[in-house]
Amino acid sequence: MTYTTSPSGAGRLLPWLGGGRRVRSARARETATEMKRVQFSSPVLPYLFLFPQLAVIFVFFYWPSVQAIQSSFYLEDPFGFGSTFVGLSNYADAVFSPEYQSIALFTAVFTALVTLFSLSIGLLLAVKADKVIRGSSAYKTLLISVYAIAAPVAGLIGMMLFDQHIGPFVEMASWFGWNMRVGLSYFDTAFAMIVVAVWKQVPYNFIFFLSGLQNVPMSVREAATIDCRSGFRRFWTVVLPLLAPTAFFLLIINVTYSLFDTFGLIDVMVKDKPANNPITLVYKVYNDGFRGNDIGGSSAQSVILMIVVFALTVIQFRLIERRIHYT
Amino acid sequence: MAAIDINNVHKVYAGGVTAVSDVQLQIADGEFIVLVGPSGCGKSTLLRMVAGLETISEGEVKIGSRVVNETEPADRDIAMVFQNYALYPHMTVYNNLAYGLKNRGTPKAEIEARVAEAARMLEITQFLDRRPKQLSGGQRQRVAMGRAIVRKPAAFLFDEPLSNLDAKLRVSMRGEIKRLQRRLGTTSIYVTHDQLEAMTLADRLVVLNGGRVEQIGAPLEVYHAPASTFVASFIGSPAMNLMQGELHGDRLAIGPAILGLNGFAPISGPVTVGIRAEDLRLARVEEEAMPFRLDYVEELGSQRLVHGSVGDQTLTAAVPAETELVSEMRLAINPRRLHFFAPETGKRIASAAPAAAASVSVAQPVA
Repeated sequence: MTYTTSPSGAGRLLPWLGGGRRVRSARARETATEMKRVQFSSPVLPYLFLFPQLAVIFVFFYWPSVQAIQSSFYLEDPFGFGSTFVGLSNYADAVFSPEYQSIALFTAVFTALVTLFSLSIGLLLAVKADKVIRGSSAYKTLLISVYAIAAPVAGLIGMMLFDQHIGPFVEMASWFGWNMRVGLSYFDTAFAMIVVAVWKQVPYNFIFFLSGLQNVPMSVREAATIDCRSGFRRFWTVVLPLLAPTAFFLLIINVTYSLFDTFGLIDVMVKDKPANNPITLVYKVYNDGFRGNDIGGSSAQSVILMIVVFALTVIQFRLIERRIHYT
Repeated sequence: MAAIDINNVHKVYAGGVTAVSDVQLQIADGEFIVLVGPSGCGKSTLLRMVAGLETISEGEVKIGSRVVNETEPADRDIAMVFQNYALYPHMTVYNNLAYGLKNRGTPKAEIEARVAEAARMLEITQFLDRRPKQLSGGQRQRVAMGRAIVRKPAAFLFDEPLSNLDAKLRVSMRGEIKRLQRRLGTTSIYVTHDQLEAMTLADRLVVLNGGRVEQIGAPLEVYHAPASTFVASFIGSPAMNLMQGELHGDRLAIGPAILGLNGFAPISGPVTVGIRAEDLRLARVEEEAMPFRLDYVEELGSQRLVHGSVGDQTLTAAVPAETELVSEMRLAINPRRLHFFAPETGKRIASAAPAAAASVSVAQPVA
């Protein structure tokens, strides 16, 4: 291998240039502007800028996480008089209890259905809105505005829609002979919960799908209209694959939404209702910890959820961010 | 392969803007037609109407014997090459080429054969497994051409296909497109704003301005006998000099200069005079000539472009590279080489045409 012509030769030169930059400060500033890189005069300064952000993350995220992991190994006295180390028994209690298992199952079904419907309805609306030329901004604003509603408010509105006395959905269901009893019947509550959760998330997906669709170059679509007669087939073979990065991003976002961000909505729908109602794992963490005062068990459950999130993040970065990129 | 008839085609957009008005164009089977004009002249709109990407407001477009006004783009038997290539980024080069054939239910073996043939013709065989983003601009352009070729359509439609390439590549791709079209004999419509590209590629040029056809003709015909001042200034580089003059009997006055026309004066009165830069030469002492004040010089290597003025009107002349430059020069021109246009309409005044037509008939066999 010859030193001057091989690519590794050039590679070896680069660190040397980098080292030189630090020494010759006048030249360094020129080079830095050329390379569009910001150089700080003091090495401490960037860390000072980062400090507020890091502090927030540490205080509100890492510190509680560490505490949760720690307390998940202890059995806490409900009145705070002490705690006993119990090893993994909190985890075992959670995982092997039939109640936990059924809630986990409901959470999985709930997440799958909410993700499926909110993605597909969002996509459908986006595709249709993308085709509208006249009055398109009115449609878009109407569809997007739902996203501005806070989760508890959405839960309240949802409750009213499914109210036993005034709810229009309950009335509609009765036309088909369905005696809907949200808050009493497990299935009916689950149904209402899913409908409201989907309704709340559709606008978010709509926004992303619409902007994704508008990023599909016009000329590529036109080339496809010349190459393929069927609009449906064109959508499946050209438009949808180009939307894949958006869709996979939304898939992760929707799964986390269904798992965690539906908390407020579930709280409004079930908190003052009789016991046999569907809840998700996050709601059970809250119930066990703050209603049942079982800090250790609740911590163990939240650590399990933390692992789920970790796994989702790994999937997102490993599989999706790497594989699905075209431009 | 088919002829294309464009009959009295209009395009009016929803806002009432007329993009194309009353275009009449008969394209013979296998002919290479170039639509040329400045941006916004309606050339792309016209092409897109033939492709079916724009609706036709009025008139009809026929491909072969079929009126295609209401036909889906996919059923028009045309293939289009786009300016930004419009390759499918998620497909390999092979699938980009095969996509149109697959959707038409072509048997797999035939798809493979046709893709292989097109890839060989365009020298992109080694890239068939790659994605478009792994290719350079020129290679993408070839893939875009390949996508059109494999379909074996009745017509190729090119929408400024070379304008995203660098100058050198553009020249070589230009030659390649011409060769391919000759070889395949497919009727082609090519849109460009580059008059040089238009001149070199076209069997016939269609010069468009403001949605109307200014002139249709073979490149040299258009060059030597522009139908209007617009065509005169658009086709040819440097642009034809257009000067205000006045005809009195057999004499032409341009500012301070008076030239004898030897019987070529078509009318009398005010007139717009067109002079090609290369038709001007330094006058001999005894000749009638225009006094020319030199402003600046552009060196082209093979020749010099001298920019300056006659009276208060600017003039550009192409002179041999060895010409001695002085600030005051005298320029002469053969009266046969003068072009006359009506000052109000900008239209060519026909009676000077015999002289011009004569030079065209000499020039044409070369093309």
